[in-house]
Amino acid sequence: MSDRIQALRGAARRIRLHALNMGEVQGQGYIAQALGVADILAVVYSDQLRYRPEDPEWPERDRFLLSIGHYAIALYAALAEAGVLDVEELQTYGSDGSRLPMSGMASYTPGMEISGGSLGHGLGVATGMAMGLRHQGNPARVFNLLSDGELDEGSTWEAALAATHHGLDNLTAIVDVNALQADGPTAGVLRTEPVADKWRAFGWHALRVDGNDVDALVAGFDELREHRGSPSVLVCDTQVGRGVPFLEAREKAHFMRVEEHEWQLAREQLEEVGA
Amino acid sequence: MTTTGRRLTTSAMIASFVDEGQKTTSAPFGHALSRLAEQRPEVVGLSADLAKYTDMHVFREAHPDRFFQMGMAEQAMLGAAAGMAEVGLVPFASTYSVFATRRAYDFLCLDIAEPGLNVNVVGGLPGLTTGYGPSHQATEDLAILRGMPGLTIVDPCDSVDIEQAVPALADAPGPSYLRLLRGSVATVLDEYDYRFELGKAAELRTGRDVLMISTGLMTMRALTAAAELEADHVDVAVLHVPTIKPLDRDAILRETAGDRLVVTLENHTVVGGLAESVASCLAFAGAGVRIVPIGLPDEFLAAGALPTLHDRYGLSVPEIKKRVLAELS
Repeated sequence: MSDRIQALRGAARRIRLHALNMGEVQGQGYIAQALGVADILAVVYSDQLRYRPEDPEWPERDRFLLSIGHYAIALYAALAEAGVLDVEELQTYGSDGSRLPMSGMASYTPGMEISGGSLGHGLGVATGMAMGLRHQGNPARVFNLLSDGELDEGSTWEAALAATHHGLDNLTAIVDVNALQADGPTAGVLRTEPVADKWRAFGWHALRVDGNDVDALVAGFDELREHRGSPSVLVCDTQVGRGVPFLEAREKAHFMRVEEHEWQLAREQLEEVGA
Repeated sequence: MTTTGRRLTTSAMIASFVDEGQKTTSAPFGHALSRLAEQRPEVVGLSADLAKYTDMHVFREAHPDRFFQMGMAEQAMLGAAAGMAEVGLVPFASTYSVFATRRAYDFLCLDIAEPGLNVNVVGGLPGLTTGYGPSHQATEDLAILRGMPGLTIVDPCDSVDIEQAVPALADAPGPSYLRLLRGSVATVLDEYDYRFELGKAAELRTGRDVLMISTGLMTMRALTAAAELEADHVDVAVLHVPTIKPLDRDAILRETAGDRLVVTLENHTVVGGLAESVASCLAFAGAGVRIVPIGLPDEFLAAGALPTLHDRYGLSVPEIKKRVLAELS
């Protein structure tokens, strides 16, 4: 294993640990998704994104837009790993007066680019940012993390059309396919497969990887970075609860309740698995 | 109103509502935006497949590198406008009012208004300015948008208002919604000592008997009705309220303090627009003033020729005069 990959795995493990610690503050939440996207966020923040942790508003920064605002717990964990937030601040998660509300809001949190609780907004704003940055001659890139459930929203596909029409190769979408949404498995709620083919049909350069395989993620992002002439999407298959086997197996995983005594158990499993 | 021998029809969707013989200016919004863009390189324009029909084509021709076509996708257009504002541009995004409000409300709200971005949404065919029917008649756009925190709402009377509102909205830091009068637009306010000032009402005419509080194109009707009511020995004041939100409460409370008959006039349903803005302003201040609301009824309107519809729904000058005289008798 290369040093690059080993370092990224370490980052992903710390992101998971941060998410569990925040989850314990509330006793429940989108913990399973946070564990699922930890590897993606580790690769994005520790390997792909250009930013200055001490200056989150740096105009040349690459933008990372979390349109799935309810995944905020995962992004806070990543921002702590990235040095934008102090790890101690994570203990305020979801508390009165905290800068870390349960659903992500741009005006609250350094490094949070948009308020994204209503789904289907991220890619439209990302498209405008990518158009605007290119118009200004700013080399920054724009990333948007969507969920597979978000593909239900028609506005996502409006934005996908526009991004292709305008040839936005400074725009990268990341789709977290955990195959689960609020009312149950995606396949039963509203079938979205074949996901990558849909993006390709919309004119995007699409790759599909195992979103919990750091090696594959790095190779995928590296390939997308070289692509020119159209926007790119990395479709990432992830496992909800990844890294904590008893959470992976839990049936009600969308908005997960974790019992008081289970948090320590979860942290121990995380260590054992070494995910 | 009907010209003898000519059958009035719905005609084109974008039929002009100016009265015969009125002085007009062509595409004031498009020209004002183009002029502004010469001064301010960060001004950009977006359209959702309606550039030609919202006078945005004038800007597109003048500044092709700063015009962004988003296709018939209003949600994506408002989201993209937000993204552009996030990186420091000042977007004007135009479409029809019905699509900006009914269809893309969540995007105007969450992407633009909540972060307080300087995005200026320009809505064509506001109120009853097309005979095309309810799909295109934005009779409730003010009601929809008044509840949105931080949004400035402007309903201009004529080309003078539009030309002055465009730079003012670009200068104001937050989001705005401009009700667009497009094509051949009446030019009325040049005859008055008037300057558009964001958030301010303007007394265009003084009068002892009646106070007309009007907004949008109804101000030009109010002015005509007021002039014609002189023949009936009725002295009418006209207070023009181009900014619906924030409302100039001081001016409204000051002007309604006497015992004049108060009439509101708006090109919008009487539910949730100017009439109710004025009513709540008075009630919250404890001012027990009765107001007569002239506006569109709380119903989906008919399709048809605009002059016919303005007569039928009480927005024409003769109907305004009738209503005022009936209230005074």
